[in-house]
Amino acid sequence: MRMLGLAYANLKEHFLTTALSVMLLAIGIGMVSFIVTVSNQLNDRFNRDIRGIDMVVGAKGSPLQLILSAVYQIDNPTGNIPVSEARRIITHPLVKYSIPLSYGDSYGGYRIVGTDSVYLRHFGATFSSGTSWSGSMEVVLGKTVAKSLEMSIGSHFHGTHGLETEGEAHEEAHYTVVGILNETGTVADRLILTSTTSVWDIHHHPEESDEHQHGHADEESNHYEDDQQITALLVKFKSPMGIMQVPRFINEKTSMQAALPAIEINRLYDLMGIGFSTLQAIGFLIMCIAALSVFISLLNSLKERKYELALMRSLGASPTKLFALVLQESLLLCLVGYAFGIILGRIAVMTLSTFGEEQFHFSITQVAISEIEIWLLPITLFVGVVAALIPALRAYKTDISTILRNE
Amino acid sequence: MLSTKDLSFNYPQGATFSFPNLNITEGQSLLVLGKSGSGKTTLLHLLAGLMNPADGLVEISGVNLVELNGSKRDKFRGENIGIVFQSAQFVRSITVFQNLSLARSLAGLSANNELAESLLNELGITHRMHAKPSDLSIGERQRASIARALVTNPKVVLADEPTSALDDENAALVANLLQRTVTGHGAALIVVTHDQRLKNRFQNSITL
Repeated sequence: MRMLGLAYANLKEHFLTTALSVMLLAIGIGMVSFIVTVSNQLNDRFNRDIRGIDMVVGAKGSPLQLILSAVYQIDNPTGNIPVSEARRIITHPLVKYSIPLSYGDSYGGYRIVGTDSVYLRHFGATFSSGTSWSGSMEVVLGKTVAKSLEMSIGSHFHGTHGLETEGEAHEEAHYTVVGILNETGTVADRLILTSTTSVWDIHHHPEESDEHQHGHADEESNHYEDDQQITALLVKFKSPMGIMQVPRFINEKTSMQAALPAIEINRLYDLMGIGFSTLQAIGFLIMCIAALSVFISLLNSLKERKYELALMRSLGASPTKLFALVLQESLLLCLVGYAFGIILGRIAVMTLSTFGEEQFHFSITQVAISEIEIWLLPITLFVGVVAALIPALRAYKTDISTILRNE
Repeated sequence: MLSTKDLSFNYPQGATFSFPNLNITEGQSLLVLGKSGSGKTTLLHLLAGLMNPADGLVEISGVNLVELNGSKRDKFRGENIGIVFQSAQFVRSITVFQNLSLARSLAGLSANNELAESLLNELGITHRMHAKPSDLSIGERQRASIARALVTNPKVVLADEPTSALDDENAALVANLLQRTVTGHGAALIVVTHDQRLKNRFQNSITL
């Protein structure tokens, strides 16, 4: 009979108190694991999507909303900006490149974004099949979209007005899938991408076009573009000087607003950080309560088992052996709590991921043990040692003769 | 096998005990009778090395127990002394058989399932070997307690009031079993009790 086996049997004997302590530990560990996983994955996703974008230009409104809608595609746009005004930024000498974005329609809950080929290059997108759009009403699907909507090259669909699935369908024209992207791990996976002209064309009214009838096709095209609007412009500067000068110029001298993703996202992290930190603190607090529960349960159990301990001493067990037995019980309990906690954390992440997938097409996956979870193991074991210390010392100091005399 | 010389013990509260010299060889049994407060249990705890005497020595197989330090004495006790307690204490979370295995393990001995099974068989409780101690009757528990005391092949078995909680029939049964099995295994047996029913069942006896 090994001591570890005895420790297990003792824990099993006090099933209810053991289960309560394990449950408390599991909740605490699961909560910390969940919060850290979600926070890390959000940070990772946010940083990946924002990489290389120095500034976002859009209609005046909330700068955070502009960033969330234009970069992450998870909020409504602040409005539209005229192409004629956006051109002043596109051609600005400090701008390295810019990406126009036009959106407002969707299909199957996924946004249809009108842009140009720079967008694909920016996110390092490559094609798993087909090619990029070459004409109006041709679309390229992100990996998640293609998989979720089960569409392939040549598929047709009607976009719906608005970003909700229940929006009014644009029955007058349909999109054709001409390309499907490989997974990029960015927002591009969750988008239906097309040319900006596709978005303009589908919202173009014949009576408006009559006013643009001119003799030459090129002139007609330029006038047509100048009269159009886009939703936002993603900008990359040639040098840090751009960040110093251009946003101020836009905010002060134009009807548009310039938002700096780094600043806005930091603000968002700060806001979310308070929530994350609070939940994380609650998780650690629950772990402390669990430690108290382990301590009380061990202490009560030892009170009940004082004759057993004295008996074991009379059978030849050294005080150190009894100390080790109590410690093993505590550590075993904490290990089980840790394992359940990690499983609980995973279940919570999966639940949130399912919800996020349904609501925002934003999933979180975590299978491997994360760094914080590796750290949680020694922390949990430390909690186990601390909780067991006093009961183990009591076991160590068992006065066998006195106890056995009073049996 | 076991001998004591000038053994005495002083309790901090003031009670003082001086015990007669004992000398017992393997296969022999000795009954120590005494009323409550006569120092029976104190003597048994001194013989088991659970307490340190104020004076005197306890020698088992040539080793003076008093001179052994804590861990050496624990090890010696586990290997050489079996104890049968009045209320037959067990580790409750494990089965009778596992309790026997634990006794060997704590004594630092390798597992010996055959010996454990044969002892339980000898004491007529093989059918209860996988039961938890709490599921056993008082008589069964006392028999299991004897099996546990012998599973380490001790040189001496000390029994503290082994029959006090039993009726006449079971008291006689346990006393006989104790003597037969303990001496049959070549160990020396010392029983301390106030139970006068045992007086005529032992050839050697002293009264405190």
